[in-house]
Amino acid sequence: MSAPRLKLDQVGYSYGDLPVLENISMTVQPGEFVSILGPSGSGKSTLFRLLTGAITTDTGAIAFDGKPLSEAGRPFAFMPQRDALMPWRRILDNTTLGLEVQGIGRKQARERVSPLFAEFGLAGFEENYPAELSGGMRQRAALLRTVVQDKPMLLLDEPFGALDALTRAGMQRWLEAMWEKHRWTAMLVTHDVREAVHLSDRIYVLSPRPARVIREIEIDLPRPRGRDAATRALAAAIEADILETLLRPDPDHVDDAASHGSASS
Amino acid sequence: MSLSQSQSGRLAVQMMSHIRHALPAVLAVGSLVLIWEGYAWFSGVSPTTLPAPSRVLAQAFEYREALFDNTLPTLRATLTGFALSLVAAFLLSVIVDFVPLLKRALFPVFIISQTLPLVAIAPLVVLWFGFGLLPKILLVALVTFFPMLVALSKGYDATEPELQQLLASMGAPSWKIFWLARLPSSLPFFFAGLRISITYAVVGAIFAEYAGAAKGLGIYMLNAKNNFRPDLVLAAVLVSAALTLSLFGAAVLAERLTMPWTRRTSTGGNSR
Repeated sequence: MSAPRLKLDQVGYSYGDLPVLENISMTVQPGEFVSILGPSGSGKSTLFRLLTGAITTDTGAIAFDGKPLSEAGRPFAFMPQRDALMPWRRILDNTTLGLEVQGIGRKQARERVSPLFAEFGLAGFEENYPAELSGGMRQRAALLRTVVQDKPMLLLDEPFGALDALTRAGMQRWLEAMWEKHRWTAMLVTHDVREAVHLSDRIYVLSPRPARVIREIEIDLPRPRGRDAATRALAAAIEADILETLLRPDPDHVDDAASHGSASS
Repeated sequence: MSLSQSQSGRLAVQMMSHIRHALPAVLAVGSLVLIWEGYAWFSGVSPTTLPAPSRVLAQAFEYREALFDNTLPTLRATLTGFALSLVAAFLLSVIVDFVPLLKRALFPVFIISQTLPLVAIAPLVVLWFGFGLLPKILLVALVTFFPMLVALSKGYDATEPELQQLLASMGAPSWKIFWLARLPSSLPFFFAGLRISITYAVVGAIFAEYAGAAKGLGIYMLNAKNNFRPDLVLAAVLVSAALTLSLFGAAVLAERLTMPWTRRTSTGGNSR
């Protein structure tokens, strides 16, 4: 195994007296798609706030490519929940936002983004405002804004949480295809078990607050997933298994599951 | 060709719906004026007490030069005062946005300034600053400054938190977050405040002139009243109403031009 791109070592964080994260250790390899799965309010978003530098760890350490996070120079491109597109900017100018903040000129930024519109299913909508687009298109525009920043790693915070079920399923398939092609190093936060199983190479399951890693699952299914009966059945079995872990409040089982480690293979 | 035809067709439909929308209001105002006219004619009330609308219009036309002459100073005081107020409100809103402590210290003072009755303040301001343009400008600024400041502050705070989190994750410093996210987010609030404040501004200017001025609609109304010419008072009122409505219209127009995205939604069908 190569050196991890991202390494969290026994990270803890509290909001005042309220412990949110406890002893979180995880790694992400280059080109790996890792999901963080946990119940609502379990501190998944706090994890991303730590990574994007909005807050700093109380205990433990985060390293990126072997360097402490503070010296790694903002290695993440972050995609927030919902799309956070600026309603006053046309789609083209929304997608160049990250480049603009980096100080790249408008013309140059547009030249970098424009060729990607077709691949993201947005060709012809460069001059439209976000309000004129469907939910799925807006989400694709938000992802385009994220990947065009050309950062070593993507952080996706429940990117499809606000979409209807059908659009979401379509977007998951689309993202899987895009990921297969580009092999971004990515960390996805979600509470959708199916989404995590469909997209991830590996899943970390978090406990309710204070969040600890209660399980780490390798998803060894061939891609694309969920298109044929065999992988569908395997995926369903893994989903059911994870759901059991999440819904069982018994802490003994939690420790038990953690010690058994990976579920597949 | 067919596109422009369908566009002009849609425009005609829009016009029709606008007219139908305005019809009840036009009818209501029209019938009020008619009732007034009828009462003035048939009750035999003296025109020095209640002049008929037709007389007001006729006199307004007769004295159009004097009215015009007195409208200009009012317009000047309104626009200068309002511009000053906008600049001050904007600058302070920015400062207060970066120094929240200052907001807590200053806002109560401004709230108190809004409780002062204009009738009492106007003569005092004239007493202190004379009969020139300055006291008018100050009074207009006094009545419009705080509403604009509050509108802007509220607008900044209405910024989507996720948008700010996104920009922060991109490494944007706080002034850049303000420029890219908070300022544009405040635009709808700014224009809502603008539409209300511009009407206050005219009232403020007229009040200031009423308390003492060489020229202006306010002093014109006062003189007309003292000369037992309610028809000319109402003529000046008509002019001030027209002035207020035009400024209101200008504010709405500015809003439309500044925020083109609000009129284009997925149902608007401008997408290729």
